[in-house]
Amino acid sequence: MVRTPAWKRYNWRVIWLSLLYAAFLLPAVYGFKHKLIPEALQYLVAILPALPIIGIFFAIGRYLVEEQDEYVRMLMVRQTLWASGFALSVATIWGFLENFDLVGHADGYWVCVAWFFGLGLGNIVNKLTLGDGGC
Amino acid sequence: MENRLRVLRAERNWSQQDLAERLEVSRQSVNAIETGKYDPSLPLAFRVAELFDRPIEDIFVSPSRRSSKAI
Repeated sequence: MVRTPAWKRYNWRVIWLSLLYAAFLLPAVYGFKHKLIPEALQYLVAILPALPIIGIFFAIGRYLVEEQDEYVRMLMVRQTLWASGFALSVATIWGFLENFDLVGHADGYWVCVAWFFGLGLGNIVNKLTLGDGGC
Repeated sequence: MENRLRVLRAERNWSQQDLAERLEVSRQSVNAIETGKYDPSLPLAFRVAELFDRPIEDIFVSPSRRSSKAI
């Protein structure tokens, strides 16, 4: 991607949110594994790692609002469309396979993993279809 | 959209980066517009026209006019 001021802000936000994700996830995993978390706090501790991920979705939205270069913004929009299409397709296929007992259960958060993978896929599609302009 | 951006830029000996800086966009944006892979918004098209001091239709070829010529 082109390193515009909006892109740099987006990158910093994602870095901080990723650190926050690790800071929430690791204690949660340890705490649940060793049964250290009081029952009253279990829902809160379980949800905490999800919040930075939601924050990354928000950071992408902020980036689209703040990006002044309309072409670069369009590239990110294309990426997010690829990500959404890919993640929803994978989730739909997996849902049917799971429904017919052909695959095991996958936790819902894997849709997010597929979505972020789809972002990378969208970046590759941009490069393949727009060449140098795909950034 | 077909356009004369590359010609106008060459007349002034500007690189894509030079033009990008004058338009306050990325070099990739200029490249995508020049090669017809991206159609600029109306505000950006006006900025291009004002920079070269020409009407928009002298720089960007109207797709409808282009197809009517083909007929």
